[in-house]
Amino acid sequence: MKKKRVKTVYKRHDNIIGYTLLAPWLFGFLLMWLIPSIISIYYSFTDFNLLNTPSFIGISNYVRAFTKDAKFVKALGVTFTYVLVLVPLRLSFALFVAMLLNKKHRFLGLYRTLYYVPSIIGGSIAVSVVWKQIFGNNGVVMSLLAVFGIEQKLSLIGNPKTALGVIILMGIWQFGSSMLIFLSALKQIPYSLYESAMVDGAKPRQTFFKITLPLLTPTIFFNLILQIINGFRVFTESYVVTDGGPMDSTLSYILYLYRRAFTYFDMGYSCALAWILVAIIAVFTVILFKTQNGWVHYEAED
Amino acid sequence: MKRKKRIHSVIFHVGTCALGFLMIYPLLWLLASSFKSNDTMFHNAFSLIPEKWDIVTNYSSGFAGVGGQPFTTFLFNTVFVTVIGTVGCVFVSLLAAYAFTRIKFWGSNFWFGCVMMTMMIPAQIMVVPQYIILKKLNLVDTRIALILPWFFGGAFFIFLMTQFFRGIPKELDEAAEIDGCGKFAILFRVLVPVVKPAIVTSSIFAFYWIWQDFFQPLIFMSSPEKYTISLALNMYLDPNSYNNYGGLFAMSVISLVPVIAFFIIFQKYLVDGIAMDGIKG
Repeated sequence: MKKKRVKTVYKRHDNIIGYTLLAPWLFGFLLMWLIPSIISIYYSFTDFNLLNTPSFIGISNYVRAFTKDAKFVKALGVTFTYVLVLVPLRLSFALFVAMLLNKKHRFLGLYRTLYYVPSIIGGSIAVSVVWKQIFGNNGVVMSLLAVFGIEQKLSLIGNPKTALGVIILMGIWQFGSSMLIFLSALKQIPYSLYESAMVDGAKPRQTFFKITLPLLTPTIFFNLILQIINGFRVFTESYVVTDGGPMDSTLSYILYLYRRAFTYFDMGYSCALAWILVAIIAVFTVILFKTQNGWVHYEAED
Repeated sequence: MKRKKRIHSVIFHVGTCALGFLMIYPLLWLLASSFKSNDTMFHNAFSLIPEKWDIVTNYSSGFAGVGGQPFTTFLFNTVFVTVIGTVGCVFVSLLAAYAFTRIKFWGSNFWFGCVMMTMMIPAQIMVVPQYIILKKLNLVDTRIALILPWFFGGAFFIFLMTQFFRGIPKELDEAAEIDGCGKFAILFRVLVPVVKPAIVTSSIFAFYWIWQDFFQPLIFMSSPEKYTISLALNMYLDPNSYNNYGGLFAMSVISLVPVIAFFIIFQKYLVDGIAMDGIKG
């Protein structure tokens, strides 16, 4: 969509008011984003460790991440697995439940509320505490297994093979906000479309794939981008529930960045890690936007 | 036909109730465990009915605190940071959203693009330079460090409120302008009452995020007397400094009470807010 360049005339008075209103945000943007970005880019090319005078070491930090740092590769792998497994599962589950609730039944409001609660509290420490206890040693799962006479040596979060699964399950559990978004999108679909499909003798499967899904693609697309970005910032869960372990099997990218910066004071290197993450998110976003013509169906503007 | 419909309905309700129970089980479990005495805590840990009720010990030992501080200190810190942070965040976001949608000023599209960009980039990656800046300003380990970032507004809230402002007819502003209202008077006398739902929604989300924030306090705070609840619970979790699951669970419950209470009171605003943000985005 190309816009014709129209020269807008700005009134001086409006400029003053506009910038007055924007000033607090603008100041914050400079102090918390723009200046930090510049500092961070600079540090990422130095060996800064909080105490020394940073000296320029070129792209060594970036080279180090990709060639000498096995933990970085591990954290990257864990985070990719987390995002690529969690996001599709959470979105399809959210859509499934939204479709279920998009019918006329009693108590729908109550169910909607119940399913949304985990999304509201999901980020809190208290919830991570609970998950740690449920899936940990002496926890709910272990005691349930014991009742059925199954003795396990390792709890689900003590086993490197299953620990990440527990963290992912915690993410799926918070499907509520995606569900609400889908629910309101489903309500936007005109009922007449389904009626005429029924008249033509379409089966439920067909109406789902030919009507519901195509009309939801803009919502799915928007959700997909938000969820992927959100997925990359996972921290609290892997910090509190498993502390990145066992054997780094839940070491998330941000947790590794945090440890590099505030446990090892490897500030320059962790700045480089931050920019690598920005690049990864940018690549994901660009790829998604490039593919959207192929599958996202926007209604023609009227 | 009617019978088939009834069977369907029963299956639906059984299924959704079962799922609802699973969703809420961790919370019920937390509440039940906060009432279990420490010696029976891990006996049939899955059970939701305490074998031996022990309400007083858990809550009183939890409130006794950790790290030389009573729990009320953490509670006060959290309330302080959350209330001031929320007010600042929503107010600044409101001003910015109003400017973006109602005033034609030079560079407004560019700055709005910057708002959207900050929404796309995880804030955590700026943590090292932010830490260094706050250290230079002598703000590390002060409550201001936890409040200040929220006083610059939040991209999510600016976005939410611009969406809302766009849905309000401009004739409203024009009528007020003819009556002699300035731009500020239009915002506060005419528009604020209309965008109240967006303001409420934003306030609740801001409240949630600040109340539950863990990352920022973890990095910026080091003295326990300035800790928020999140950090305090993290200390309770450390078996070396505190070995009392009952207290940990009891205080976890306390930390969730305001969150759940607000949710019940403001449900409608939250659900609508999420929906609005979703469709129009």
